Amino acid sequence: MTPLLETRDLSRHFKVGGKLFSHQMLHAVDDVNLTINEREIVALVGESGSGKSTMARLLAQVYKPTTGQITFQGKDLAQLRGRKAQLKYRSDVPMVFQDPFASLNPVYKVSHGIKRGLKLHRPELSASERHEELLRVVSAVGLNPPEEIIERYPYELSGGQRQRIGFAQALAYRPKLILADEPVSMLDVSIRIGLLNVMAKMRDEEGVSILYITHDIASARYVSDRVMVMYGGHVVEAGPTESVLADPQHPYTQLLLSAVPDPRAPLEITTEAAKAEPPAVIDPQPGCRFRARCPIAIDRCAHVTPLLQIVEPEHTAACHVAAPAPVAV
Amino acid sequence: MSTPTPGDVFREESSMSTSTLPESLPESSEPRSSEPLLDVRDLRIVYDSPRGPVEACSGVNLTVRPGEFVGIVGESGCGKSTLLFGIAQLHSAPARIAGGEVLFRGKDLVSLPIKELNDLRWRNLAVVMQSAMNALNPVRTIGDQFKDAILAHEKWSQERIRERSAEVLRLVSIDPVHLDSYPHQLSGGMRQRAMIAMALLFTPDLIVMDEPTSALDVVAQRSLMVQIKELQQELGFAVVFVTHDMSLVSHFSDRLLVMYAGQVVEFGPTREVFDTPSHPYSKSLLDAFPSIRGPKVPLLGIPGDPPNLANPPEGCRFNPRCPVVKERCRSEAPELYTLAASPDVESRCLAHHPTNALDVELVSEVQSS
Repeated sequence: MTPLLETRDLSRHFKVGGKLFSHQMLHAVDDVNLTINEREIVALVGESGSGKSTMARLLAQVYKPTTGQITFQGKDLAQLRGRKAQLKYRSDVPMVFQDPFASLNPVYKVSHGIKRGLKLHRPELSASERHEELLRVVSAVGLNPPEEIIERYPYELSGGQRQRIGFAQALAYRPKLILADEPVSMLDVSIRIGLLNVMAKMRDEEGVSILYITHDIASARYVSDRVMVMYGGHVVEAGPTESVLADPQHPYTQLLLSAVPDPRAPLEITTEAAKAEPPAVIDPQPGCRFRARCPIAIDRCAHVTPLLQIVEPEHTAACHVAAPAPVAV
Repeated sequence: MSTPTPGDVFREESSMSTSTLPESLPESSEPRSSEPLLDVRDLRIVYDSPRGPVEACSGVNLTVRPGEFVGIVGESGCGKSTLLFGIAQLHSAPARIAGGEVLFRGKDLVSLPIKELNDLRWRNLAVVMQSAMNALNPVRTIGDQFKDAILAHEKWSQERIRERSAEVLRLVSIDPVHLDSYPHQLSGGMRQRAMIAMALLFTPDLIVMDEPTSALDVVAQRSLMVQIKELQQELGFAVVFVTHDMSLVSHFSDRLLVMYAGQVVEFGPTREVFDTPSHPYSKSLLDAFPSIRGPKVPLLGIPGDPPNLANPPEGCRFNPRCPVVKERCRSEAPELYTLAASPDVESRCLAHHPTNALDVELVSEVQSS
């Protein structure tokens, strides 16, 4: 079965530094292979600066890849030609943004954005069908009664309700894949879970896949089927959520897991790795990018970039120590 | 722990590694005196609006002992930031204090003349704001901003200012070269730590923090929390820490105050509130986030939204969302009751009403809901 979306060695570098003839390259995303199947929530986990939002923008075609390839339903995105094909892709793969306070136009009712999207992406609908569809998606994200909600302005809704409108907007296009970039991080802890449940419901009932980008690995565990952990632009570990979280191989995944506050467990004090800053990925040299913070680094980590190795079925990790490459005989 | 002199405060960066954290960290640091440092009494703060006053803080009582870490948790709009602004006297119109006292080292900040208040501010009582991106001036260097804070209180020489600024930056593990950096040159975590360094300039008695970690990712958040706790244990200041994430303070605060709709609904030792929450709202908050361990269970969060404070519900303010609501809760407003089982805990739930103590079953229902 062809996956819904696949990236092959996807990289995106940015020019930094203002000198005329000498500039440096910031490697935001390097050689990422990502697969998203139908009806699947994939969580992309990592700290600020790990390249996860760049990934979302690459997939949303905000950025063009520096190298590598994105295929959607078997077709190479670089081959998309013409406004029609572009529009089709954007309605198939909409994005939900982080800040529900900034992503809705404050001077229009919340129905406005959804209706405009419907007009643009599904022009075949009549006015009454559009209204039907509007009510359907609003109630699908758990906002009831929809007739009342759509008459409100964004300021009349709470943060959680606004973010649900964001999802309703994406859902109205009959998407295949929703790119959700930190959709719950601006919300109160007490209402995050409601949004996560909406995401799971969209997968189960509407058959939508979701790329869930987050730094909160606990919520990734709650909602996702597979998880990919990024660090410094590289994928360091990937696999089925339960397998990765129950048996994390990469030291960075272990660090992320230990940083989750859990009142039910005693406090674990982690090592200095927790303190250090994210790596500078400007003109990086070969080697593991986590090595400066890594408690188990060896010499090899400073010279050779570790590749993803299979540690369990479907579970891969990129670490010379925890997941050494098989030795060629 | 005595008040440290600047010499004591100075430490090498290398000694800041978290692995050397004292083993006693999860335990509450023993308060050194029973005399409260901060005593908030029946504080009421209202926002005047065209449709009448909105009470965001309804008769809050709170004591903080010297060197204590008190967490304040609640959802957006529950009045926790308003309370914090009231404590620091930073509220501005349309907010006003409608009643009550804020006693800080025995002085009532509410009635204190502005000149004396300014003298206390930063020297004895510092504030760390939620978003360091907005709290730091983007067009001035970190060092310049530190200098402003110092010169507002002391006539120090340039060298002394520089020295002290470098010292507090080292305390939060930032290289003093960043005194000449602009805020945008620092990462989010560093900016937030720089704000904390700034609060430490005079080693105050009390630092109030308004969600200082909410813009950070989990790893940076954890490291900042550990660092705040370390500094607190070393320098002996008290902390009032406001957050919406109850799990965050679970290992760091001595006592926890849970706010809902402008009222204190539960106040007690952190461990007790976590292990046996006595108010259904505290219980719901605790159950609202997924765990990283144990079996994966479907969670529902807290249904509904916090009430509109212009028109709070009759009876218990939590009753429309309460999973164990009883008929009485809709008409009778509960007060803060001291728990029969543990005298350190106060709870605003009719289940703990002393005369009726509705019944034992209800109490256990609240705790197991």
